[in-house]
Parts: sequence; C-alpha cells; structure tokens
Amino acid sequence: MKRIVLWVLSTISTVVVLFGYHTSTSSVMATSREGTFSGSLSGQTTSGSAAGSAAGSASGSGSTTGGSAPPSDSGSTDTSGSSSASSSTVTGDVAQTRWGPVQVQLDVSGSTITDVTILQYPDSNGRDVEIASYSLPQLIQETLDAQGDSISMVSGATYTSQGYLQSLQSALDQAGL
Amino acid sequence: MTAVGAGIARRVEHVMGMPISLARRGTHADDDRAEEAWQAALVELRWVDAVFSTWRPDSDVSRVGRGEATLAECDPAVAEVVRLGEDACVSSHGAFDVWRTDVDGVRRLDPSGVVKGWAVERAVAPLLALPGTDVCLSAGGDMVCHVADSDGEPWAVGIEDPHDPSRLVARIPVRRGAVATSGSAHRGGHVVDARTGVPSTALASVTVVGASLTSVDIDATTALALGVDGPGWLRSRLRTGVVVWADGRVETVA
Repeated sequence: MKRIVLWVLSTISTVVVLFGYHTSTSSVMATSREGTFSGSLSGQTTSGSAAGSAAGSASGSGSTTGGSAPPSDSGSTDTSGSSSASSSTVTGDVAQTRWGPVQVQLDVSGSTITDVTILQYPDSNGRDVEIASYSLPQLIQETLDAQGDSISMVSGATYTSQGYLQSLQSALDQAGL
Repeated sequence: MTAVGAGIARRVEHVMGMPISLARRGTHADDDRAEEAWQAALVELRWVDAVFSTWRPDSDVSRVGRGEATLAECDPAVAEVVRLGEDACVSSHGAFDVWRTDVDGVRRLDPSGVVKGWAVERAVAPLLALPGTDVCLSAGGDMVCHVADSDGEPWAVGIEDPHDPSRLVARIPVRRGAVATSGSAHRGGHVVDARTGVPSTALASVTVVGASLTSVDIDATTALALGVDGPGWLRSRLRTGVVVWADGRVETVA
C-alpha cells in the first residue's frame, strides 16, 4: 500500500513538472486559458505487480523531464487527498512560468488517477485546440487478456500483412466481426 | 463483451502491403451508406498505391526512380508528397529524407515515410462525412480517429509494446486526432538516420498523437531516426506521445 501511495505522489509531481516544462519551452507568449481533457499518466491496472511496473515507468520519465524544468517554475501539490484510499480531488498550486500560469487538478480513486484537468495553462500555437480532442497517453502494462478488450485499435510499429495475424489488432478485428 | 466493444462494426482489407482496419459505431456503423464510404476509402488507398508504390515497377515513383519520368511528369500528388518530405528533412536537420543515395551513387526517391499517413488522411474523408458516426481508420497501426459528438466517448487506442506485441504499454483516448507509431518491431530495423545511413537502435518505438496524421507519422519516424535525441526533439516541437527505449523504459512526451 505504501508503494502505491508513493506512486501516486510521484505521478502527481510528474504531471506538474511535465506541464511546467512544457510551457517553459513554448514559443508564443500567451494568455491563460481554461482547458480540460480527461486522461492521466497513470496505469489503470488491475493487479499489484502491474501497477508497480507502470509506476516505475511514469516516475522515470518524470525525473528525466524534471531535470530540464526551471526549479522555480515547478508547482507544488496539495497531496493531502491522496493518502486515503477513497476518491478525492487534488489541486496543484499555480506554477508561474515564463509564458503564464499552469495549474493541474487530479481526480484520484484509491491508487488510480482517474482524471487530469488542466485548470490553467498558457496557450501555445493553438495547441489547446488540439489537445482538447485527445488525452495524454496513459502508461500501462497490460496484456490483451487483462484489459485489451477495452481497446478499440492498436498502434504499433508497421504491421506487414505477414505479421498481422500475430498482432493485437487482428484479435480486435476478429472479436468485432 | 464489454460496453466499449458493443456496437462497433469492423472491416479489414489488405492494401499497400498492409492491413487497413476500419472501426465504426453510431448512426452509420453498419449500413449501405457506411459500406459505400468504406469502399470509397479503399479506392483512394489503391490509387495511392498505384502511384507511390516502390514495389510496383509501373508506379510514378518507380518510374522517377529509374529516371524514366521527372516529377513534373508525374501525378501532381507526387510533388506534393515530395514537398512534405523535404519540409521534414529541414525540420529534422536531415535525419528524415525522402531522397536516398544508393550504393552506386544514384539519388532515389523513397517517399514511403510520408505516404502512409498522408494517404490515410485523404482516404478517411468519405468516412468522416457519415453523419452521427464515429470512425477510426488504421493503416498498419497508424490511424485517424473521429467521434461525431465532440464530447462523445473517445476511441481507446492501445500502444503496442515493441518488445512483446501481445502487450500494451499505453492507452490513448482520442476523440478527434491521429496516432502514429514508428518502430523496429514487425519489420526489423527499417528506419535509418538519413544523416549517417545507419539504423537507429536507441529507441524501440515512438508514438505521436496530434491533429494531422501526415505530420504525426513524419514526426514519429523522425524521432525514431534521431535516436537518443528523439524525445527532446519531440518536446521542442510541443508533441505529445510515448517513447519506448530499446532497454524497455517507457517515457511519456508531453
């Protein structure tokens, strides 16, 4: 349980740092906007071991990115909500960046982040319009047996027709026909 | 089986040497009008194959390759694709290039790094015109997603683990947008850094999500070719995606 809580905490900081970094590299001075999209960097995993590996991946990428972010720009988070196993909402402090304020809110249920809301972030190159239509990738580690049936399509390195029958996509196609 | 799987009609055809998968749900998930749009998409893809295939000796691109035709004599679409490739060459500092120099010193056109995404983006048009219908059209794992209701249930796109194709490393909910993955899985190391001619091995796969399939496909391929510099390059372009390193690490780019 302790590991799972730590994972949530590290993921929260990952999210905040990622957005802090992101805006610090944007090239357009902009006004702050409200934007919302669902999704998270967490795994919606069903087993403890799977959650462990997903956590390793998420925090690994966060620390890499965090190294590039100006420390003074990073926001801190109010993490009081995440230590309980029930659903809660966690709102990060507003992070002031060169390009404008960034603020992230997470919905947490037990050990899973169920939603990420960007309360504020600076507009950059019309990206807000784009990002509303898709979510951040959710890092997971799962097999087709576990949760693959909730996947509509599979994206992977180019499928040749020869290799296709072994791919996940073929399983999805067969299930749907 | 699940709510997500319910009501999805699927089609698969093999064109351009790869499976073309279509998923539809909603008003015209599975009726004559939907079938008509699907056939129109296939006609478009077969036309692209006839013009651009480097495997067909009679394609425009093959004729340019043999010096039998100039770009000006080809279908205007060839020049359009070459222009996209040359733009990508500039933005990738030369790592992405549709022109390759053979061992015999001849410059050859190989636009396959641009054509797939560009072709799907064109082919999906009749499907996007189906009212009240969600569609997801994938060519060999690179896809355009669209939901009729902009707040509707997104398509859930699973990102394959390049080290184990029976597993997924990420899931990306997409309402309206495109997802492209480049990697060495399935085909072996087929992406080379055009600056060195050496296959890139630092990254196992790169997935990019964005508005236009043409551009996310090019950027995914470019980042793969850039290797260790790929994730930083994607961030400099404000890209969103997933990178799987050759050693198995999974990194989100956002």
